[in-house]
Amino acid sequence: MLIAVTINEGPYQHQASDSAYLFCKAALEKGHEIRRVFFYNDGVNNASSLTEPPLDDRNIVSRWSKLAEEHKLDLVVCVAAALRRGIRDENLAAGFRISGLGQLVEAGIEADRLVTFGD
Amino acid sequence: MSEGTVKKFMFVNRKAPYGTVYALEALEVVLITAAFDQDVSLVFMDDGVFQLKKGQQTKGIENKNFSPTYRALDGYDIEKLYVEEEALAARGLTEEDLLVDVTVMSRAELGKLMDEMDVVLSF
Amino acid sequence: MLHIVNKSPAERNTLESCLRVAAPGGAILLIEDAVYAATRGNAAEAQLRDALSRFKVYALAPDLDARGMGDRIMEGVATVDYGGFVDLVTEHKNCQSWL
Repeated sequence: MLIAVTINEGPYQHQASDSAYLFCKAALEKGHEIRRVFFYNDGVNNASSLTEPPLDDRNIVSRWSKLAEEHKLDLVVCVAAALRRGIRDENLAAGFRISGLGQLVEAGIEADRLVTFGD
Repeated sequence: MSEGTVKKFMFVNRKAPYGTVYALEALEVVLITAAFDQDVSLVFMDDGVFQLKKGQQTKGIENKNFSPTYRALDGYDIEKLYVEEEALAARGLTEEDLLVDVTVMSRAELGKLMDEMDVVLSF
Repeated sequence: MLHIVNKSPAERNTLESCLRVAAPGGAILLIEDAVYAATRGNAAEAQLRDALSRFKVYALAPDLDARGMGDRIMEGVATVDYGGFVDLVTEHKNCQSWL
């Protein structure tokens, strides 16, 4: 099945990004296709390459980058939300791209299911 | 691929404006969804009904007053605005307090409508 | 329809709103802090027990375990892992996250 995911909260502050990551991983393991992961609101902070957690903590940003690389995931960061919060191409982590809100709507249209993670 | 497909999108607004950004950023998605010619419904329940309160004056908090946008939705062919009856009553509000025309619905009607949607986004 | 709730019933009215509005016959999945709602002796237990006649209720086991509540799950609520979460999403025609 074609599944799309949207994440509306930043990393570490809230469990949303963790839950979404584990959901995506499980969906991929089951043979489903993740059409797109869309990052909105504070969720855009999941794409900051400047993130540097302590070594004994999970690296939420690079974990997404790695999953994207392994499964050719389309990780899209909302441009308007990103500019508001200082996320730009210069500090965008690997595997992410910045684009418009239309990408969220398009994912909703094309995917069989859209699952939101947020606060 | 998505060309020509019309899905039923519902936006469930449960949060008050200004205290958090959710109401504003939900509105931005709503407008884009309409631009994709989708079937758009908006639901206001819980504190989300405060988004539609008349007379918002945001100068004092130096925030943009985005409430006039709800009145402009009509121009984007977004006419399905639903408000939960009990949410209004629980906040001392009536339909007359709202800045746009809405359809007031019981919780049962709302639940049924939600079931019929293709995509439900909650902010 | 699958309803996903992620807030503790003691902190927010999310679960209450979901139970008030959701059409009977659907499923409710409790994740993150919402798993506390499915534990024995919590203040929302009666409310959730009452909902069991109208909905299938699930709680995400990794979230229960993380919070030390894995052994407190109330009767009638099934637990699922992330794979089960995915299955619930695909088995239902649509879903809503009650944020």
